[in-house]
Amino acid sequence: MVTLTAPPRSRTSAAPAERSRRRRTAGQDNAAYVMLIPWVIGMLFTLIPFGVSLYLAFTDYNLLQPAEFVGWDNFVAFVNDPKAMTAAEVTLRYTFIAVPVSLVAALGVALLLNRGVRGLKFYRSAFYLPSLIGASVAIVMLWRSIFGFDGIVNGFLARFGIEGPSWTSDPSWALVTLITLSVWGFGAAMVIFLAGLRQIPRMYYEAASVDGATPVRQFVSITLPLLSPVLFFNLVLGLIGSLQTFTQAYVFSGGTGGPADSTLFFNLYLYQQGFQQFDMGYASALAWVMFVVIAIFTAINFLVSKYWVFYND
Amino acid sequence: MTELTAPRTARSTWRAITQKLGSDAVYTEELTGTPATRFLRHVVLLGLGLFMMYPLLWMLSASFKPSGDVFSDTGLIPAATDWSNYGTGWNALEHGFQLYLFNSLLLAVANIVGNVFSCSITAYVFARLRFRGRRMMFALTLGTMLLPSHVVLIPQYVVFSKLGWINTYLPLIVPAFLATNAFFVFLLVQFMRALPMELQDAAKIDGCGAIRTYWSVIMPLTVPALATVSIFTFIASWNEFFGPLLYLTDQELFTVPLALRQFIAAEGSSAWGPMFAMSVLSLLPVIGFFFIGQRYLINGIATTGMK
Repeated sequence: MVTLTAPPRSRTSAAPAERSRRRRTAGQDNAAYVMLIPWVIGMLFTLIPFGVSLYLAFTDYNLLQPAEFVGWDNFVAFVNDPKAMTAAEVTLRYTFIAVPVSLVAALGVALLLNRGVRGLKFYRSAFYLPSLIGASVAIVMLWRSIFGFDGIVNGFLARFGIEGPSWTSDPSWALVTLITLSVWGFGAAMVIFLAGLRQIPRMYYEAASVDGATPVRQFVSITLPLLSPVLFFNLVLGLIGSLQTFTQAYVFSGGTGGPADSTLFFNLYLYQQGFQQFDMGYASALAWVMFVVIAIFTAINFLVSKYWVFYND
Repeated sequence: MTELTAPRTARSTWRAITQKLGSDAVYTEELTGTPATRFLRHVVLLGLGLFMMYPLLWMLSASFKPSGDVFSDTGLIPAATDWSNYGTGWNALEHGFQLYLFNSLLLAVANIVGNVFSCSITAYVFARLRFRGRRMMFALTLGTMLLPSHVVLIPQYVVFSKLGWINTYLPLIVPAFLATNAFFVFLLVQFMRALPMELQDAAKIDGCGAIRTYWSVIMPLTVPALATVSIFTFIASWNEFFGPLLYLTDQELFTVPLALRQFIAAEGSSAWGPMFAMSVLSLLPVIGFFFIGQRYLINGIATTGMK
């Protein structure tokens, strides 16, 4: 007979005695484990490949012959591979510009919308929609054409007598084009900011304005600290997502990372090595380099967050 | 700061209406600022919104322009309208566009079914049942959210190729049935935790086991959250480019993103009109779902930043 007990709402509310009684009801355990079967398979299917890819990173493997252990060769090759270094540089440059600019835009618009605006639903949709379609092939192609030499961006600049560069074929501008596409998708972060702003009690602002605090002061002393957990969340997710950019780079350059490797994102290079050259050992090493970099960034973020992220509870 | 408030009765009526509309109630409570600053705010927001929407409107208009006019005719209203772009684009590839639309739809539906069932069962177990290792397992699930997908990509590809699944839809469908989307599991756990516990007690008295309780009590009550999961799954699956690029090689199996990509490779840059026509078609389902399910999407994304 399966015994069903409702879990308490918070971790601490169950009395220890009651909890140990629950522990002994093996029936419930069994039902839970049966229902978790899909999850367990899915987990194994994530964790085992995670380990295997670490092993493959130390091998020479092309899918056809068995993997051959080569020690640190792949990592030595990585350090001496100018293309891999270019790919790392492109990805980092993109991330360090696109993420902060998107966050500032998202916060700015969220603040405007938070001021009690009629038609909020309409505005929120207009700003949110692009973030849902920004990584689709159609939009990347659209971007390529509007930033093309004859595209509407240069047409617009020409009205002011500015001769725009050839955005898509000039190596120094191609990445800028992709950065604008990324910033265009700030809407998801904006929705999260907006929800965060709504959690801040109005009375704080009322008290502050009674004390004569200016709007700027209120923003710095109330809004920013109370919004910092949300800002942190958006920052961490933005960094992780941005470092893994693939579709935009692939579609924009036709899979090459051109012009002159200026849009050769790390993931695109990984794809080229693994699935075009079939050098899967090296590709696994690249994946692990990326994993370590992302882990370091995330760890730094969490460490630094102690000094600027403020939790109210 | 000047506070401009509507007469009391009007305000409470407005509040009653907006509360009926659900979560948007909180957003419309107070209008701050003088009429002038409020007007200015709208000007800024409208300008920005137009700026955001302009590329999409331009693409729509370009899809009706003759290919030669796409860049020379800069207006949003085409000087000459060329309806044939849609027909030409539809039949430009090896197969008619209906095949690619059908394939994408098939994958999207399979992914929705997979995610809805596997993630909701898993979330139910984490949210409503007590068992050994529960907290550790849930933490593990959340941990996978931070794991870059490319780290596991190559071994997974190797497994799929050993299973003979390359060039089939299985690698693109099966993971959805295994609750691999930690974000959805988390979203559903949050939602299920908020459901009253009395429901479960009542089900128990009526003699329901854990599985029966999930199916007859919890699952039906989770429908709003499942709608969120479905819409997000649809959009993600419809836009998905990398998976199909990796696993599909036969034209017959191609999805819409692969077909579009193929289109550009095949036609070069000469066929602008048809390309934009097919781009518009590829975005329409997503935009349609966005407008139908806006509230679910916005609540779904908004909760991710909260605890």
